[in-house]
Amino acid sequence: MEQKTGKLYMINGPVVKADNTSSFMMHEVVRVGKIGLIGEIISLEDDRATIQIYEETTGLKIGEPVRSSGKLLSVMLGPGMIGNVYDGIQRPLEVLRNRSGDFLKRGVEVLPIDFKHEWDTEILIKDGDTVKPGQIIATVDETSSFTHRIMIPPGVSGTVNNVRTSGRYTVDTVIAEIDDGGDKYNLTMFQNWPVRTPRPYKKRLAVDEPLITGQRVIDTFFPLNKGGAACIPGGFGTGKTILQHQFAKWSDADVIVYIGCGERGNEMTEVLEEFPELKDPRNGKPLMERTILIANTSNMPVSAREASIYTGVTIAEYFRDMGYHVAVMADSTSRWAEALREISGRLEEMPAEEGFPPYLSSRLADFYERAGKVSALGNESLGSVSIIGAVSPPGGDFSEPVTTHTKRFTRCFWALDKSLANARHYPAINWLTSYSENIGDVKEWYSKTVSRDFFKLRNEALALLNEDDRLQQIIKLVGEDVLPDDQKLTVRAASLIKIGFLQQNSYSKVDCFASLNKQYKMLKIMLVFYEKARELISLGVAISEILKGSILNTLMRMKEEVSNDNVEKITAIGKELESFCMALKKKYSGKPDNM
Amino acid sequence: MPVKEYIGLSKIDGPLIFIKKVKNISYNEVVEITYKGSSRFGQVVMLSNDTAVIQVFQGTEGLSIDKTSIRFLGRPLEIKLSEDILGRTFNGIGMPIDEGSRIIRGEYRDINGEPINPASRMYPRNYIETGVSAIDLLMTVVRGQKLPIFSGNGLPHNRLAVQITRQARIKGEERGRFAIVFAAMGIKHDSARYILSSFEESGALKNVVTFLNLADDPTIERIATPRVALTAAEYLAFEKGMHVLVIMTDMTNYCEALRELSTARGEVPSRKGYPGYLYSDLASMYERAGMIKGKKGSITQLPILSMPNDDITHPIPDLTGYITEGQIVLDRDLYRKGVYPPINILLSLSRLMKDSIGEGYTRLDHPHVYSQLFAAYSRVHEVRALASIIGEEELIDLDKMYMKFGKAFEEEFITQGEDENRAMEETLDIAWKVLGYLPKEELTRISRDEIERFYNKRED
Ligand SMILES: Nc1ncnc2c1ncn2[C@@H]1O[C@H](COP(=O)(O)OP(=O)(O)OP(=O)(O)O)[C@@H](O)[C@H]1O
Ligand SMILES: Nc1ncnc2c1ncn2[C@@H]1O[C@H](COP(=O)(O)OP(=O)(O)O)[C@@H](O)[C@H]1O
Ligand SMILES: [Mg+2]
Ligand SMILES: [Mg+2]
Repeated sequence: MEQKTGKLYMINGPVVKADNTSSFMMHEVVRVGKIGLIGEIISLEDDRATIQIYEETTGLKIGEPVRSSGKLLSVMLGPGMIGNVYDGIQRPLEVLRNRSGDFLKRGVEVLPIDFKHEWDTEILIKDGDTVKPGQIIATVDETSSFTHRIMIPPGVSGTVNNVRTSGRYTVDTVIAEIDDGGDKYNLTMFQNWPVRTPRPYKKRLAVDEPLITGQRVIDTFFPLNKGGAACIPGGFGTGKTILQHQFAKWSDADVIVYIGCGERGNEMTEVLEEFPELKDPRNGKPLMERTILIANTSNMPVSAREASIYTGVTIAEYFRDMGYHVAVMADSTSRWAEALREISGRLEEMPAEEGFPPYLSSRLADFYERAGKVSALGNESLGSVSIIGAVSPPGGDFSEPVTTHTKRFTRCFWALDKSLANARHYPAINWLTSYSENIGDVKEWYSKTVSRDFFKLRNEALALLNEDDRLQQIIKLVGEDVLPDDQKLTVRAASLIKIGFLQQNSYSKVDCFASLNKQYKMLKIMLVFYEKARELISLGVAISEILKGSILNTLMRMKEEVSNDNVEKITAIGKELESFCMALKKKYSGKPDNM
Repeated sequence: MPVKEYIGLSKIDGPLIFIKKVKNISYNEVVEITYKGSSRFGQVVMLSNDTAVIQVFQGTEGLSIDKTSIRFLGRPLEIKLSEDILGRTFNGIGMPIDEGSRIIRGEYRDINGEPINPASRMYPRNYIETGVSAIDLLMTVVRGQKLPIFSGNGLPHNRLAVQITRQARIKGEERGRFAIVFAAMGIKHDSARYILSSFEESGALKNVVTFLNLADDPTIERIATPRVALTAAEYLAFEKGMHVLVIMTDMTNYCEALRELSTARGEVPSRKGYPGYLYSDLASMYERAGMIKGKKGSITQLPILSMPNDDITHPIPDLTGYITEGQIVLDRDLYRKGVYPPINILLSLSRLMKDSIGEGYTRLDHPHVYSQLFAAYSRVHEVRALASIIGEEELIDLDKMYMKFGKAFEEEFITQGEDENRAMEETLDIAWKVLGYLPKEELTRISRDEIERFYNKRED
């Protein structure tokens, strides 16, 4: 490859300019300065280039060289990614640590995946086969619970020769040669893909299946589709990160890509320490065996933060193409937007709203559009990428640009509420302002998988909460005492839903994850309670009588006292509820019947 | 490396100076600026062709275009470190200003430090008992945490910081190799004196390293002060194995200096004129707290900042809260009511406490009591709002109980003396006493067993 060299003539933080660059490519990776900092070309004009640098630029000098690499900013995809923690441009942090110690040094070049490890590879093709892009030609059991499917890279096809037999190979072993009639292509177990280009697929499919998260307020009230996108806006301390961690732990995706984009170092450490210990509820394997972390924390270079979400989503698409369901968490997209703003400012571009560049909205759209459910290229299997982006609005004010634009491109909006968080009502998702536009798509799935009346119950509960909100306005002015008993009951029943159902403590061993069956049974019995109590009140039973019994307390504590593998206990509670109501009814009317 | 010297500037603009026709200058390098025999320091903040833009830490007042000489020192801003810094006082860019000598032996360190590799971090799990009930129970401080105090002018943040510093201890462990790094940015002489004299009284002064940039010291120097201090802290913690508590006050003054500099550089401002990179800039300091695998020491940060107009949504507290691992918020209304420490419980938070409390750490009931107190106290606020409309007598019985609970919570639990050092057990017991005003059916966040064990109805 020819080596082209430019020369630095301006240095301004993470943005530098060089001339003599007319043969450089847009978005090409370059090595800057004598120490070889990694950068990417972000604009080209005549023979001058603007470069964003992924490392600290202290010490660079005017006149130092800028070397071309001939490659676009890309990720390396192949066995060995699972369980890793990368920086924003896919440098493995463990390797960096072994190489250069506990603090990040500059100009270090490392491979994203281990080229020395030999994988037990099962080869699925033989000499003479014709292969097409996306076709699965080998498998590797990458972890005890995850099978990596080796695919023909997009754009490659032809007849295979010199195919190796199944055996132990490193990722760079040529396992076959592909002849497309002209050129020969050496097929290895890894491929590169430029991060800013979405990977191709055969067809986009309708999203009709929820991503089950084990979080009641999400699964029951505001579900997200596999292949959908969601937005979690919230001021500091409202619970965005904890919620994202919950998704990473419990959601029923095959692969998790967690992007710590400009947030805290300790939050990444927490995942790194905790996930190997936690078991996937579906197969009992350590959660780390399906997780990839991208950690570009707030104190790491901002340009790499800008790149991190593309790195993450490209990795996710690669697993999607194997036919897996992948969930991507990005915490926080606001920090990504700020990186965009900072770089734009250094370029002296005209700002739009609040200093953000005018292309903020289109960049957000491009990112969230990479979510989707597809039939994959070459192998027809079904795969999806779901994206859940946290948004950190300044001052917790949702009218700012990142929140408003993100809202346009996502169909789930989980609004975190400061006052709920202050009262330690977690998850602090506001049930009145949050929404999911996916309900219509997943209705049938819930009917089939859980129960026919699932959404009927959900809607009843939402109506109850809405009615409660109306009553709360009155209570604020005149107190609860003046309400008639039936309205008092509404307030109490809503409070039961809020405390007993919506609140879910992530740190509770029993309640951190609730199976759909548990969610359904809990909601059902709570609404049965409401219905029966309403009937009692219409018979003249005083509300104090209803509240006096221990049944309400039992219902409130059900989430902690009934575990996922013992949901039958709720049936017993149902019996208790029935006899309690029966007794009251008897007392008041003197004649029992079946109510 | 040969030192390059130039005479004459092309432009002076606010805190910035411009020099043309320079060669071989590196980005961020330090320069010494001499004019009429006295010198000051600056740093290269932009390079374009043959022009260097330099920010002058001591301001540009009194410099002239033709006679100012500039020496490029060929290195970033550094501080010389050894254990001899303990007990010493430095100015805002790390030069000794007490009677002591220069630091003679020692190693130079770039004040910007390097980011800790996230894979090298160790998750902090050792809680620090501060002896302050509100903090220990409701926003437990953990060694290696960054936990700021959000305050306002005239609120007793300094007293609280001093009390925490004096009383802080790790259970079952010697105070050990402990150091305090104190960084003052633009605070008044009397506040600095108050803090330093309290260290002196407690006999800790020989373990304190002080960096002073006071209200009448050069503004731009403040940009360097917290970085110099944190570089010293990193040295003591990660090379000398000490547990370091860093007190930085007042971060608001730091941010204002940064705004001034950004405006002078003609950058596009974000909210309230602060630069768009304020978040990243603050993070580059706050993220220097923590612990590292295989290393003995730790850095715990207790930054203090005043919220302009007591507004927690102001960019400075807002962006700080997005980076730090919680916050302790002081409240003017409570202070007026005579509550010390006037901590606004509902707005305060410690994000790291969850793994450091409960059975085996504090006491098994701690997590649930914590959650219950928040729930109950936030209910108190609703009830008080209602009572102010309909009158307290009109409240239903349950709400009256909440009123009683709220009062006791503020007067018995939050309130304590400046020298009162409560043990964790005592704090938890007071919490139960206060909860005794509520019927036990209300304690839905506490398990039945714990209620059985600790709850006593209170009749007074
Ligand atoms: N030397 C001291 N001895 C006892 N209490 C003090 C001392 N100095 C300050 N305080 C107490 O601390 C409180 C805050 O003092 P401080 O000097 O920080 O106020 P301030 O300067 O108005 O606030 P700010 O630092 O936000 O500008 C005062 O109200 C006072 O009660
Ligand atoms: N579901 C939850 N269960 C229990 N505690 C929670 C939950 N969500 C948030 N919290 C609490 O709130 C704190 C802040 O949450 P975090 O996710 O870090 O907020 P954000 O990312 O929005 O700033 C956490 O440290 C934790 O104490
Ligand atoms: Mg967060
Ligand atoms: Mg003061």
